[in-house]
Amino acid sequence: MRAAVLRKEPSSMPAPIDPIVEVRGISKSYGSTEALRGIDLDFPRGKLSSLLGPSGCGKTTLLKIIAGLIKANAGSIAVDGKVVTAPGPERAFVFQDFALMPWATALRNVAFGLELRGKARAEREEIARHYIAEVGLAGFEDKYPHQLSGGMRQRVGLARALSVDADVLLLDEPFSAVDEQNRRKFQEDLIRLRSNQNKTFIFVTHSIEEAVYISDRIVLLSPRPGRVSQIIEPEIDRSGDPDLIHRDKHYLDTVQEIWQGLKQYAE
Amino acid sequence: MATGIRTESEAVGLATRSTRGEVGGWRDQPVLLRLVSIALFAGIWEIAGRIPVSFAFPTFSATFTAFIGLIADGSLPLAYVSTLQPLLLGIVLSAFLGVGLGTLCGLWRTGEWLLIPVFIVLQAAPVAAFIPMVTFVYGIGMTAKTLAVMILALPVIVLNTYKAVRNVNESLVVMCRSFLGTRWQVVTQIVLPDASPVIFAGLRLGVAAGFVGVVLAELLITPTGIGDLITFHRSRADYAEMYATIASIIALSTLTLIVLQWIEVRVFRPETRGA
Repeated sequence: MRAAVLRKEPSSMPAPIDPIVEVRGISKSYGSTEALRGIDLDFPRGKLSSLLGPSGCGKTTLLKIIAGLIKANAGSIAVDGKVVTAPGPERAFVFQDFALMPWATALRNVAFGLELRGKARAEREEIARHYIAEVGLAGFEDKYPHQLSGGMRQRVGLARALSVDADVLLLDEPFSAVDEQNRRKFQEDLIRLRSNQNKTFIFVTHSIEEAVYISDRIVLLSPRPGRVSQIIEPEIDRSGDPDLIHRDKHYLDTVQEIWQGLKQYAE
Repeated sequence: MATGIRTESEAVGLATRSTRGEVGGWRDQPVLLRLVSIALFAGIWEIAGRIPVSFAFPTFSATFTAFIGLIADGSLPLAYVSTLQPLLLGIVLSAFLGVGLGTLCGLWRTGEWLLIPVFIVLQAAPVAAFIPMVTFVYGIGMTAKTLAVMILALPVIVLNTYKAVRNVNESLVVMCRSFLGTRWQVVTQIVLPDASPVIFAGLRLGVAAGFVGVVLAELLITPTGIGDLITFHRSRADYAEMYATIASIIALSTLTLIVLQWIEVRVFRPETRGA
């Protein structure tokens, strides 16, 4: 409900109100390869922002710097106004390759973040069960990752990130290892999940359609070195049938507009 | 991912079908099949003993009778009391020291450079040649036997653990760090469980090598325990007793390895159970 109201606000004014993550002057090089140069970005609270760009634009590197998993050569990251240099409880990560422990059940995998924080077993498993149901995996609590499909494994990864109750969810191409049908279903579920979780999502993808379909805000990065080339805020009403979005005129126009901009980087 | 193009319901269907095992029939009776395998082995042994292939080759039944006799007169249990102490001590020490050192070397570069070359040389060396040396230094007591076990068991345990820890799934380590795992939690919650299959392969090889070590020590230098019992019966041409003793230590070694595997699946890799 709230999300639907927010979306009706005129988005012609690009100045973001109340940023939760502030990226200031981030640069990163690997040896002589410059991955990111002078990135300045704000991620608005409660929105889903996508980092979109061709491979080699440093979008995953930027996400991992925000997560505190990679150190930048210059610049700083602030979350809720506080500068961070390492992983923290206010951020949770969803991994491209799922990163599930094969020796642990779905339930233990989802509860793992809380287990590391020393939460008592009964308590953390209750929370984990709640989020397993939330991502549509009820009944699969005792399955091991190898008994689940790619899409289901990533749902476990998402439930794990949700269960630590972080304000910011960082998703690194979460659907790239998931097949097409399950990806579509997952994207729809993500839209629904967003509207009842009061969280900020930062989403890395190389799929233009995916970015436009789910994002409030798309940050286009250009490659070698990675820089911010454009910020787009698609005005799409996502409150109705998710299938209609794919036929929405504004959706199609935005996809086309981004493609025109990115075309030059295609090999 | 191999399951990438499967739908979710299909993947689940496959998983349950394979765990239920719908093949049926005698192929589904592993216990029965194993008993048949043992019976077959005993039968061939019996026939070979009756031909006979050698005057020094007793039949299975004679060996089995000798085995009961050795237990009844107390000589076998007594021999095991003296063999098992250094064996158990040596294996337990090797396991903890080996996994500890191997983990340290896998995580810490300096340790790797200091220790790994030593163990590579030790593993390559015909270690049995060290056993007379060990006796020379430590005499013929418990210390020498324990050291003989460790010399054989330790290198393979250290090297396997080291390799397993070095090849740990980096993505899981990053995951643990991102969910605020401490260095200690990364090692105990991720590195060791992830490395456990290879560590346990090393432990199994190490335990088997430890049995070799203790028997070698008793045959070569310290005439006590099982090694002494084998030598004694050989010298008296009691071949059935000799074979019974040898078979008993082989059986014990096998049993130990099975227990080890059970612990591994039970404690560390529950997802491989029934696979």
